[in-house]
Amino acid sequence: MFSLVRFGAVFSKINMSTVYLIIPLVCLTASIICGLFGKAIGRRGAHSIAVSGVALAFVLSLVVYADVQDGNLANQTLYIWAISGGIPFQIGFLIDQLSVTMMVIVTFVSLAVHIYTIGYMADDPGYQRFFCYISLFTFSMLMLVMSNNFLQLFFGWEAVGLVSYLLIGFWFERDAAIFANMKAFLVNRIGDLGFLLGIAAILYVFGSSDYAAVFASAPFVKEATVISPFGEWQWITVICLLLFMGAMGKSAQVPLHVWLPDSMEGPTPISALIHAATMVTAGIFMVARMSPLFEFSETALSVVLVIGATTAIFMALIGLVQNDIKRVVAYSTLSQLGYMTVALGASAYEIAIFHLGTHAFFKALLFLGAGSVIIAMHHEQDMRKMGGLRTIMPITYITCAVGALALAGIPPFAGFFSKDAIIEAVHHSEIWGAQYAYIAVLLGVFVTAFYAFRLLFMTFHGRNRSGTDIIKHLHESPNVVILPLVALAIPSVFAGFIFFGPVVVGDYFGDSIFIIRYHDVTQKIAEGFNGKTGLALVLAAIWHGLFTWPFWLAVSGAVGAWYCYCKNTALPAKIASASGPIYRILDNKYGFDDFYQAVFTKSTVAFGKLLSKHIDAGLIDGTLVNGTANTISGFSAILRHIQTGYTYHYAFVMIIGLFGLITVFVWL
Amino acid sequence: MEDKLLSLLIWLPIVSGVLVLATGNDQRAAIARKLALGFSVIIFLLSISLYRGFDVNTANMQFTEHHSWISAFNIYYSIGVDGISMPLILLTTVLTVVVIIAGWQVITERVAQYMAAFLIMEGVMIGVFSALDAMLFYVFWETMLIPMFLIIGIWGGPNRIYATIKFFLYTLLGSLLMLVALLYLYTVSDGSFRILDYHALPLPLTAQILIFLALFSAFAVKVPMFPVHTWLPDAHVEAPTGGSVILAAIMLKMGGYGFIRLSLPITPDASHELAWLMITLSLIAVVYIALVALVQQDMKKLIAYSSISHMGFVTLGLFIFNVQGAEGAMMQMLSHGFISGALFLCVGVLYDRTHSRMIDTYGGIATPMPIFAALFVLFAMANTGLPGTSGFVGEFLVILGSFQANPWFAIIAALTLIFGAAYTLWMVKRVIYGKVINKEVAALEDVNSREILTLGILAVLVLAVGIWPNPVLEVMHTSIENLLRHVDISKCPLICR
Repeated sequence: MFSLVRFGAVFSKINMSTVYLIIPLVCLTASIICGLFGKAIGRRGAHSIAVSGVALAFVLSLVVYADVQDGNLANQTLYIWAISGGIPFQIGFLIDQLSVTMMVIVTFVSLAVHIYTIGYMADDPGYQRFFCYISLFTFSMLMLVMSNNFLQLFFGWEAVGLVSYLLIGFWFERDAAIFANMKAFLVNRIGDLGFLLGIAAILYVFGSSDYAAVFASAPFVKEATVISPFGEWQWITVICLLLFMGAMGKSAQVPLHVWLPDSMEGPTPISALIHAATMVTAGIFMVARMSPLFEFSETALSVVLVIGATTAIFMALIGLVQNDIKRVVAYSTLSQLGYMTVALGASAYEIAIFHLGTHAFFKALLFLGAGSVIIAMHHEQDMRKMGGLRTIMPITYITCAVGALALAGIPPFAGFFSKDAIIEAVHHSEIWGAQYAYIAVLLGVFVTAFYAFRLLFMTFHGRNRSGTDIIKHLHESPNVVILPLVALAIPSVFAGFIFFGPVVVGDYFGDSIFIIRYHDVTQKIAEGFNGKTGLALVLAAIWHGLFTWPFWLAVSGAVGAWYCYCKNTALPAKIASASGPIYRILDNKYGFDDFYQAVFTKSTVAFGKLLSKHIDAGLIDGTLVNGTANTISGFSAILRHIQTGYTYHYAFVMIIGLFGLITVFVWL
Repeated sequence: MEDKLLSLLIWLPIVSGVLVLATGNDQRAAIARKLALGFSVIIFLLSISLYRGFDVNTANMQFTEHHSWISAFNIYYSIGVDGISMPLILLTTVLTVVVIIAGWQVITERVAQYMAAFLIMEGVMIGVFSALDAMLFYVFWETMLIPMFLIIGIWGGPNRIYATIKFFLYTLLGSLLMLVALLYLYTVSDGSFRILDYHALPLPLTAQILIFLALFSAFAVKVPMFPVHTWLPDAHVEAPTGGSVILAAIMLKMGGYGFIRLSLPITPDASHELAWLMITLSLIAVVYIALVALVQQDMKKLIAYSSISHMGFVTLGLFIFNVQGAEGAMMQMLSHGFISGALFLCVGVLYDRTHSRMIDTYGGIATPMPIFAALFVLFAMANTGLPGTSGFVGEFLVILGSFQANPWFAIIAALTLIFGAAYTLWMVKRVIYGKVINKEVAALEDVNSREILTLGILAVLVLAVGIWPNPVLEVMHTSIENLLRHVDISKCPLICR
């Protein structure tokens, strides 16, 4: 990493802004080639182009990373997308510590997933299409994190949503997949509704869509209020809550979390890349990016904190009762996103991004590990039919164990540092809801460790519970699958203690994150280490960790899982039947899906039918339009009888008329 | 030639239409097709040179021509373009080329008449977009109905007579009230039919409101606005593919254009006074029509309702009186032209193969028709207003504009993000994805090169405008700003607002 600084110096002679541009465009180009010329270039061509594209993006991201460490930040406009009403909307890049960190994470995980895909999707007929999509995803995500304005942020935001839609429904012949992708898109659109209105409010209040201009004037508009039917509100609170609504959709926070578990219908590499490591963290990134706004609204921060804490604990609990290996990891993702959100709410944005990074590595690792198991088990995903894979798939086992240890927060694995920092941060936080959040994240540690080790024990320990046919053919996965696992296991071990110092104690993020002094809980954590640096600091952090609740909760979770799934395997079933309704509530995922299905989906369709039948076809077309036509034709049908064409009829009418007139005249 | 270019753009399509017609019966269909395509491409190129000669820095009418026509009534052949009509003319010339290619193999009977109808209609529609004399405008406006009436009535579906009569009566009734308004304006302006004179004509509020309502009845039907929209689904269902494309892509824009060219500048005070009505009807269109679209079983009906819902953004954008709203409305008109045109072409592709428009007769089309599926999903996503497609630009600007007028308008309008996605993607799910439902679907052939060409042109436009709308917006800035300045100045003799 540090020799790259010199390497970066060489590059800076080439215009750095060209490098910024190449990073996303190389992924876009790869995607277009794989998409349009998939047949011509063949499978080999597709994966060669896509992998080398993202590899180049990764290397260049490292170059930019080194350059940013040298202090070379950039904020540049690429082109003017539109000007309307005097407000320019631009496409441009903001390169600072925050965006470059995201760029490295995104391209690294994406590279690992690209390579893994070569093995995992080897037999799939949609091979080229798959590479087209994941390269397009990498492009979109890069545009999102590199943006210097709200418009492009929304572009990236929706573009990753599109790719997620396409990838969840990649196997479009499966009913579950095409239901899940539509659900994902629509639920995300509910969040996007808020997000778009938030952007509209920003333009209304600040008159600009550029981060720099908006952030600079945020302190001056914090007093501005809007009067609504629900009382008087700070504009900044309204804006932050609307933006956070978008984050709730994308980062799957309760109650907009329902799409994420279903998204597991997509191929496993996607679950790793999009629905665990990168796209779902877009919401977390966005709030961190918006720290100059959120800092001025404690109301918004409290909402963020409470939603995050609720997601963290309640989604973790569901993870306890899942039997599908991917769904366990999916619920763990929800819960971990909750942890990150909690950190945001506590104003510990750096720690949220820190956890985002460590989580990206160990969660992608767990998903890819699960995928490796799933291939070995011939696409069996039920953990009840697994077991004993430890000896057959040693590398998958070891890497998954690393992932589980990191997820559970056992020192010195990466998750320990970031998760401990979150818990400490909440402990120090003084905003409304912090006590609730503290209890939630503490309990979450026990639950997390329990389900993480439950997964490990059910899959890799004990004896294999699948049919004999499968057992015979079990073997370790090919190298293209193993290599990414190892590549992800390394940062899952080391990322924590490399970055703990700079992020928590040091000034890793510089000015890219803004925190009001009395919110700065990270500073309080740092003070606890009174000036230690380097290895001494890391050791102090671990030593400190050993004497706090989270560590012992994690250990007891792991031991509990060991007792239930290795020692006394009959126990879980007994607990499940003894806990009755609680188990059913968890198994039913608190009934969110049924509730939404009944209240929103069905009633909307029913309402649409009602309107279509009774208002559109009935009232407007039936009564008013055709009614008028019928009245006129009915009226003329009557009038037509008068014109019979018989002379004697006319003569008769004339005589009657004559008599009538005479009568009138006489009487008058 | 420069000074006669606009006239050429109006009359060349009409003359070439007559020439195509002269090729006669279907034995010479091949000549008719080639001739029509050749002419439509030439006309498109002419419109490009009109665009190149267009000066974006002035709000004045350009390429103007002014000749006496019926001098007894002071009626002139007076035409010109500004930044508002310019993009709409380009839209017309592009889409005419597309529909002529789209009808290439599909139309086998009365080919010459079919092609001629579209060419003549093209000229007449360009005439509407460039007329500066009220009578000329009215003549073009009404003439436009005839070719469309024939297209639906001759090449249409089984229930075409009902649909054409409904279409004709609805629009004619509205237009007649417009004629009354124009005649009234003729009298109060001391015998002028110049639209630009009307713009400067002071009018009391009551007169303005009556004129506004009369014009409204013509334009609201064309847009169409709730509750005078029910002719559109029927017309679309019965129209042949090309007819649907032109109807949705260009003819509906006449309503929006009418509001911009006549209603807003002639009756600015009434426009402000009745903005609440326009906004309410627009928001009903966005939400209510989207719900109705959700439950349609017929793809063409679904897209027709989706059109109405999207056109709600046009009228909403126009009546919130700010630049983003008005420019958003213009962008929405152009984008809707591409997207709805493309979606109707997509349905046409399927209909040509199976003769069904019903959603439930399909399922799993992506397997036999992968290229078609990719294009369909692209246009569907554009229809949901995905950023990066043209569908986003207009909706985004209108939502921004309406937030400034009143955040609640923006909140209701933004519901389209959910409902628009719901009805579009539900259709995609049922038609494109899933298992192949029967042998007929399994045997479907993917799009041929002609179909790829038509859909490809529109796909490129949808993406280009979505990725870089600024060149289009630049054309309209000056005219839109001028319009809004004008609308902000009261025309009442006494202060009335």
